[in-house]
Amino acid sequence: MDKTPVASVSNPSSDPAAGVRTRRILMVASLGLALVIFGYMAFGGLGDELIYYWSPTELLDAGETAQSASIRLGGLVVPQSIVRGDDGLTLDFRVTDGDTEVPVRAETVPPAMFRGGIGVVLEGSMGADGVFDTTRLMVKHDNEYKAPDTEDNRSIKELVKSMQFETTDT
Amino acid sequence: MKKMHAFGLVGLALIIVGSIYGLTASPPERHMGDVSRILYVHVPTAWNCLLIYLFAFGFAIASLWTGKQRWDIATTAAIETGVVLNILLLGTGMIFAKPTWGIWWDWDVRLTTSLIALIFYAAILALRTFIDDPNRRATLTAVTCIISFVDVPLIYFGVRWWRSLHQIQSSPETMAETMVFPMRVNAFAVLFISIWFMLLRARIERSKLESDEVVEPPVRRAMATA
Repeated sequence: MDKTPVASVSNPSSDPAAGVRTRRILMVASLGLALVIFGYMAFGGLGDELIYYWSPTELLDAGETAQSASIRLGGLVVPQSIVRGDDGLTLDFRVTDGDTEVPVRAETVPPAMFRGGIGVVLEGSMGADGVFDTTRLMVKHDNEYKAPDTEDNRSIKELVKSMQFETTDT
Repeated sequence: MKKMHAFGLVGLALIIVGSIYGLTASPPERHMGDVSRILYVHVPTAWNCLLIYLFAFGFAIASLWTGKQRWDIATTAAIETGVVLNILLLGTGMIFAKPTWGIWWDWDVRLTTSLIALIFYAAILALRTFIDDPNRRATLTAVTCIISFVDVPLIYFGVRWWRSLHQIQSSPETMAETMVFPMRVNAFAVLFISIWFMLLRARIERSKLESDEVVEPPVRRAMATA
């Protein structure tokens, strides 16, 4: 009838075997939880719901719903399309995903990397006149780092692919 | 001199070689100019940050499996080193982003997941200070460390899976050879320095835990006041 020592067994810290079991169950459980979260993030189609920017094609497909909404537009700056305004603040250019071009009016001072053939992500909204207005211009470059004497003869299609503006995914 | 300091010496020697090469022998990038040289610290920091978090993940599994205190110490040392690298990678990244992208920060997938990692791992270090029981502290550190690791592959693969502002990984094919070399040297430099930091941090943690165990007997205190 002497059961008093049993009471202390319920305390894991006083019974090493129970402590080991608890710890190992916790290990498997936390690994499992980590895997489930990772699986959901990787394969749960999150990329379709959380879109960092719209492509020119998607923007035009959206039609009027894109107007007056604050969105990001991403694409390649069409070479030779940049027109700098006389006030030194306005920039007019077009962005493309290789299929569709959208005219853009930016009121901002762009970084030195801004040029024809570079990628941009623009924050703004589509105007009723079909011109995308932005005040936040971000340059998106590719993963190439070359010496100054290296020539770059890539086509627009190749540049679009290199800067990941292809919309063939999903 | 302690053997662990060899890691620090090798790391510091390598970072001097890599950085001098990167600042002088490497060319400025054709579009970015000289600002591209920050790659030689930003990229090695980022690689090693993710690597050290991977170490912490492994140590945390070992800590839960064995219950040995040395794995808890190793986990903590790795997390703390990883947090330092994480802060450096975000800092150098922001300094790099302003002149090239035109902004200090944006909520793109790589930047956001990198910030989440810093918050998670710093939170684990904060959590540790609230728990007095060493067993509970070790268990909670390991469990939270394993779950937090979910974010690390997202930092790496996120730019490939989702649209982002940050470009995808470069490879030796997409980089000039004279740029790959200093980046590699500095990558090993940061790795050696990180191992050195972890060993130093483990030593501190060990002596801290030992000093916690030394409880002054009440009798002696009574004698002292008498």
